[in-house]
Amino acid sequence: MLRFALLRLLWAIPTLLLVIVLAFLMVHAAPGGPFDAERALPPEIEANIARAYHLDEALPQQFARYLGGVLRGDFGPSYRYRDYSVSELIGNAIPVSMKLGALAMALAVLVGISLGTLAALRQNSALDRLMMGLAMTGISIPVFVIAPLFILFFAVKLQWLPASWSGSTSAWRLLLPVVALALPQIAYIARLTRASMIEVLGSDFIRTARAQGLGTAAIIRYHAMKPAMLPVLSYMGPAIAAILTGSVVVEEIFGIPGVGQFFVRGALNRDYTLVLGIVIFYAALVILLNLIVDVLYGFLDPRIRHR
Amino acid sequence: MSLLEISGLSISYPGSAAVLDRLSFVIEKGESLGLVGESGSGKTQTALAIMGLLPTNARVAGGVVFDGTELLGQPERMLNLYRTRRMGIVFQDPMSALNPYVRIGAQLNRILLEHGLASDDEADSRSLEMLRLVGLPDVERQFRSYPHQLSGGMRQRVMIAAALIGKPDLLIADEPTTALDVTVQAQILGLLRGLRHEFNTALLLITHDLGVVAGNCERMIVLKDGKLIEEGMTPQIFAEPVHPVTRAMLAAARRSDFLARSHERTPKDQTPVLEIEGLAVSYAVPGERRSRKRLPAVQQLTMTIAPGETVALVGESGSGKTSLARAIVGLLPVQSGSMVLLGKPLTGRVESRPNALRRAVQMVFQDPVGSLNPAMRVDDIITEPLTVHEPDKIKANKDEVVAAMLRRVGLDDALKKRFPHELSGGQAQRVAIARALVLKPKILICDEAVAALDGSIRQDILELLRAEQQQSGLSLLFITHDLTTVRQISHRVLVMYLGRLCELADTESLFMRPKHPYTKALLDAVPIADPAIGIIVASDLGEAPSMLQPPSGCAFHPRCPYSISRCSEELPELQDFKKSSAACHRAAELAL
Amino acid sequence: MNAGLVLSRIWKEIRRSRSITICGGILVFIAALAVLGPLISPHSYLTTDFDGRFIEPTLNNFHIFGTDDLGRDLFVRTLMGGQITLLVAVIASFVSLVIGVAYGAVAGYVGGHIDAIMMRAVDALYALPFIFLVILLMVVFERNFLLIFVAIGAINWLDMARIVRGQTISLKQREFVDAAKLIGVPAWRIIFRHITPNLLGVVIVYVTLTIPQAILVESFLSFLGLGVQEPQTSLGALVNGGVRQMEQAPWMLLIPAVLLAVVLLCFNFLGDGLRDVFDPRQEAK
Repeated sequence: MLRFALLRLLWAIPTLLLVIVLAFLMVHAAPGGPFDAERALPPEIEANIARAYHLDEALPQQFARYLGGVLRGDFGPSYRYRDYSVSELIGNAIPVSMKLGALAMALAVLVGISLGTLAALRQNSALDRLMMGLAMTGISIPVFVIAPLFILFFAVKLQWLPASWSGSTSAWRLLLPVVALALPQIAYIARLTRASMIEVLGSDFIRTARAQGLGTAAIIRYHAMKPAMLPVLSYMGPAIAAILTGSVVVEEIFGIPGVGQFFVRGALNRDYTLVLGIVIFYAALVILLNLIVDVLYGFLDPRIRHR
Repeated sequence: MSLLEISGLSISYPGSAAVLDRLSFVIEKGESLGLVGESGSGKTQTALAIMGLLPTNARVAGGVVFDGTELLGQPERMLNLYRTRRMGIVFQDPMSALNPYVRIGAQLNRILLEHGLASDDEADSRSLEMLRLVGLPDVERQFRSYPHQLSGGMRQRVMIAAALIGKPDLLIADEPTTALDVTVQAQILGLLRGLRHEFNTALLLITHDLGVVAGNCERMIVLKDGKLIEEGMTPQIFAEPVHPVTRAMLAAARRSDFLARSHERTPKDQTPVLEIEGLAVSYAVPGERRSRKRLPAVQQLTMTIAPGETVALVGESGSGKTSLARAIVGLLPVQSGSMVLLGKPLTGRVESRPNALRRAVQMVFQDPVGSLNPAMRVDDIITEPLTVHEPDKIKANKDEVVAAMLRRVGLDDALKKRFPHELSGGQAQRVAIARALVLKPKILICDEAVAALDGSIRQDILELLRAEQQQSGLSLLFITHDLTTVRQISHRVLVMYLGRLCELADTESLFMRPKHPYTKALLDAVPIADPAIGIIVASDLGEAPSMLQPPSGCAFHPRCPYSISRCSEELPELQDFKKSSAACHRAAELAL
Repeated sequence: MNAGLVLSRIWKEIRRSRSITICGGILVFIAALAVLGPLISPHSYLTTDFDGRFIEPTLNNFHIFGTDDLGRDLFVRTLMGGQITLLVAVIASFVSLVIGVAYGAVAGYVGGHIDAIMMRAVDALYALPFIFLVILLMVVFERNFLLIFVAIGAINWLDMARIVRGQTISLKQREFVDAAKLIGVPAWRIIFRHITPNLLGVVIVYVTLTIPQAILVESFLSFLGLGVQEPQTSLGALVNGGVRQMEQAPWMLLIPAVLLAVVLLCFNFLGDGLRDVFDPRQEAK
């Protein structure tokens, strides 16, 4: 088991390295430098800037310097926000993004699994059909459609909740963003849970458990839950990626000063160091969380664990 | 009052004919009743109806009265008062019937706790006690194991422990030994007999095997297409069956009682079509790639097949039978040794063999439907070999070839445009045989080719193969675990154990005078379809060890009741006797 | 011919499914409208009209979806956007289909160490947050159509590769493939006659499910302003424009949003219905 976890960890390192190399090369293959966008600068100033940002060095040297910085948690200076380093920008933005992402994830998992299990137990009933129809709709409406519709309806029309982050300080300002972010994942997890729960409930060992006279609650809790959760668990990796992706949009739409908003602003302003830094940060986060999911999976499935 | 009264029980599903039609029978307290029938006769449906486990779309009518209470239509909560405490069930496949994600001990404890049969503190010891009772070795360790870490026989013991843990009045066993090897089957049946008397439990034993009923049930009923066709005391039905179907089933089961081919002259003295010498086959163990550990599937195997001869290859699962067959046809690489086919060396994988040799050996597989491409029609399947080898010829006379081949394997011409999933198992197997025969092979290897088929269809296929052999002088290598089939079809028998040859003998002498203790154990384990003979109490052999760590010396010695110290030290050579040869140090002195 | 037989059998089953018929019909209708609509309408998607800004949907002057903040006709723009969204999605799915099937089939059929290495690579790529790399790609390079196809195709081929590989391996182990080898069927014929026709169903299902994913990625990029560029448009870009004007002109948000949701919903239902028809697990029964 420990070997399994270590092996996974060993695989995570080259994966992350690959992202860093790819992202770094992409930025450096960009047509034109980052500072020749607006107006032409005198050559000596350009040379100074190049030196200041080590753009005059050979590519491998630049990469080594950058990688060394990344390992120390230093992503270099931002090209646009001149007074801040990329690490400072990300660091300041993390808490609110984290709160948003973690809450959305928790909501998606709890509600999704509960609804999915309920639908599986009432398979083919009107309730089941209604929930699955809604879930399909939920999957099909992108976050960037849900979020503005929420604002239009709850904030502009009904005026129940604040439309933007800066317009309020109450904890309620998190509600709409969190729900908008979680909704597609709730729908996906509910469908996944239902399908896998139905399959597990139809398996021979559940028939055995029924033959042993165990009640429905005991069957779900002691026999069905664990195997039914395995497909849901392996969806956690993609779910994390989807939440991160979604948070970029949600933060932009609701005006939340999180990592995602900096990412979008950076992207539109061609702030290469900022975008590069955030891509690497997101990659590390996704890889780390995937690693945890993998190890957890191995822990839950005895057939993998004993390999 | 009877323990269980089934009256007019009918079951049907939307859009199909009734699977059970007004079935009535009773089970008295403490008695054992055999429920016999072929697949699709409604046996399992009956068991599920009694336990209240039928799928929700089943339409049920009639009555299931347990100890005076009607169980049909009762809510789950009510049924749970009966399950475990009054009745328990053992299913056919112990792998899928146990939860692979929960430890054995926890699964047993859960039953006790749910029914309030033990407190949290007592549960462990009660479960352990039950596991000891069903003969599970090394109980403390197994208690903490997951099902996949146990062998098939051990899993079935766990299932029995779970079914009996509430000391029920009725135990239903639905084909409890069908998925197990014959020596293990004998042990499990012996265990059930012992426990039944210890717990004074009534037994409803569901099986397709009349031999199993003969030794284990006082009374029996026979089902056919959902209808009860025969009922009575077991000895009486065996002596005087009334219904023609019962008679036919009994006749089929008893074919082992006479040597069907003993009168035929064995053709083994002619020049063999296939000679195998010192053959070894092994393959890489999954998950052990780094250690380069290889599983020795077949070792030092020498044999021949004469033209027109049938050689049966017998052994438990994991004995290397199938590996040997796959090596002969070139689906598995040969590690060492030699094979000579029609005087020419047979080497390499099937892809690299010359056409003439490749055509000479064909194979029929176990799963009839799985061995046919689901996306091809019957006529294309049958003629594909010719399409590959003689494309010009077949284009002109495809229809004639198809018609001729279908007639030859006893199929209607109307089937030629069907897809495999539109065929029954027997029909599909005939198509597979036709595909093999169209190349006019010299040897046909049948890998458990009738194992998946019901009794009467099995007989028809065996008959077809025998007729084909008499007409064309085809040699058959018949791989099977079923000794009844062996006795019917083979001239000689080759017994394998853990990849090695134990005994090679004429069929008659093998059954009458086995020379190897393992052959004897196999023969003793086969249930005999005659209640008058009763049960030959087979010695409890335990289960076969892993091929990865084969025992020293004679691989059978840990399970052999006759083993001496030499057996664990020295690998026995094959010794020749009059009509057999056996690899046993004590073959000459033992009278088995 | 063999594949034709399988297709005709599939077609029969498809016509029996209601969800497939309805969703397929809606999608065909939307696609036809997206192609023909702009030809019928008197307006061009380019023409701006500063006197006719923010016109609510009306039959007047054929502005049935109204006009946007630059006075451009939204009916034509929405349909143009739909055209581009569908086009990008279909081509991107085709890219992922080709890469995924080739990669998966090779890994599955060859097996052994090569398979192990190829699948390790897929596992590693799975853990990558591709979408962010794509965004980076879009930030750094000129935003052109080709790049969008390649980027989206590169994200979506992983699933296809995994599924095709799994199917190929299970088919390769089936006895009918062994039987074919024994009767002397050459390897190429085994692949084309025995394996490929049995892969068809799975591939059709997953292509159908890949299309909505590709649509999501494209509209996500366009929403961020990193995808299709003005004056070209796509449904994602239109939603983006709608969000900025939603208090003043809610129809600018609602119309493209609803159309996008309907298209995605139909593709998802279609894929689901097809999966019910083809599920390899049902085949085993």
